Amino acid sequence: MLGQILYALPFLAQGFALTLWVSLLVVVLSLIAGVLMGVGLIYGPAPLRWAVRIFSDTIRGIPILVLIFFVYYGLPAVGVHLQSFWAAVLALTLFKTAQVVEYLRGAVASIPKGQSEAAMAIGLTFRQRLAYVIFPQAFRRFLPPWINGVTDAVKGSALVSLLGITDLMQAINQVIGRTYEAMPLYILGALVYFAVNYALSLASRRLERRFSFIRE
Amino acid sequence: MSANANAPLLDVRDVSKAFGTVEVLRAVSLEVKRGEVVSVIGPSGSGKTTLLRCVNFLESYDSGSIRIDGKEVGYREAGARQRRSERDLAAMRAETGMVFQSFNLFPHLTAAGNIMLGLRKVRGKSEAEARKIAEHWLGRVGLAHKADSLPAELSGGQQQRVGIARAVAMEPKILLLDEITSALDPELVGEVLEVVRSLAEDGMTMLMVTHEMAFARDASSRIVFMADGSVSAAGPPAEILGTEIDNERLRNFLARFRASHF
Repeated sequence: MLGQILYALPFLAQGFALTLWVSLLVVVLSLIAGVLMGVGLIYGPAPLRWAVRIFSDTIRGIPILVLIFFVYYGLPAVGVHLQSFWAAVLALTLFKTAQVVEYLRGAVASIPKGQSEAAMAIGLTFRQRLAYVIFPQAFRRFLPPWINGVTDAVKGSALVSLLGITDLMQAINQVIGRTYEAMPLYILGALVYFAVNYALSLASRRLERRFSFIRE
Repeated sequence: MSANANAPLLDVRDVSKAFGTVEVLRAVSLEVKRGEVVSVIGPSGSGKTTLLRCVNFLESYDSGSIRIDGKEVGYREAGARQRRSERDLAAMRAETGMVFQSFNLFPHLTAAGNIMLGLRKVRGKSEAEARKIAEHWLGRVGLAHKADSLPAELSGGQQQRVGIARAVAMEPKILLLDEITSALDPELVGEVLEVVRSLAEDGMTMLMVTHEMAFARDASSRIVFMADGSVSAAGPPAEILGTEIDNERLRNFLARFRASHF
């Protein structure tokens, strides 16, 4: 049994690498898109605010699995054909983006209005106010839910196996298909996912402590 | 374009503003000359704070004009009520300093950091230069030893003194003070007013909304009394806070004020 698993390790490692790659793409892309859309939601003109609001509410109301299938099997109907890998990344990114929008909105809303006004009063431009006054303070509130979301993204990436992409989950299933060693392999998989997410939450706690000097 | 020396530094003319159906400012006119200290007093809801916030365009207004040093504040010239660009507004605001009732220090920056932010990002000073200026002004407000303290580590009075230092370090043409002692414990009011007094002695032009009548009387060149969104009376302190007052509203306001303070 151990021999078979050891033999499969390089294959599993490849799957794991793909899991990390998907997660990283999703986390980075959703952070960029979510912050831009979040700023649009908070400060933008009314039509932009409505657009972001509708996007966020819609996406968050759909199960992530439906979203993945929709992007992969549904979009070709309107002429958009994506490789399974990119379909999965797009679907997960849309899902995470909607979450980032909400985290950001909540974090920025928690900063008293007087902070913006004081920043305006010394002559900072809109971008400078965000960069030097609002975001540094909002960051501490944004971080905990966002890191939670990152761990969700890592776990959620297992869903891409349903499109036949060989991520860690799919690799494990394939090895089980050959070896019939379901129990040890799922335990191995669970441990790997757990290790990644535990490392993330440790890093988060350290970051939070690093920023805890900001008291209101 | 520097206006001539006799022209008012701040020229507020016929400014009106409504929040929905509530008229908070009704054709308010007011002038502040270079080096003058003008206090605005009046019951709460009389529009004094709104007026002050219009001067650096934290608040827009519906009609009228506000000029600082001859330059229209929030709107482009040429009649049209077209808002200035974000960049323009920021540049205009950098010419006015504002001190807030609730201090509004940046909690993630030290006392020196609060003062340095505008110097670095708006005035384009180097880190070292900005630090030097920050230390100079912290010294002026008696907080040289607190340069590296965070706002949360300072008392209310100390925070407000940093707030003043942050505003004046930008070398504004005019300083706006919005009830800057109202959120302070009584025993901390004196240290803040002392700083304001010393700035006035240095010739800083100031427009302040205040409930400190004794301070307004001693430190102001003129006092403006506002009621129901308009200027009800204006003149030198002796006239406005004197014993013989024709203006009934002002008389009532002062009577109520004295009753509640003695």
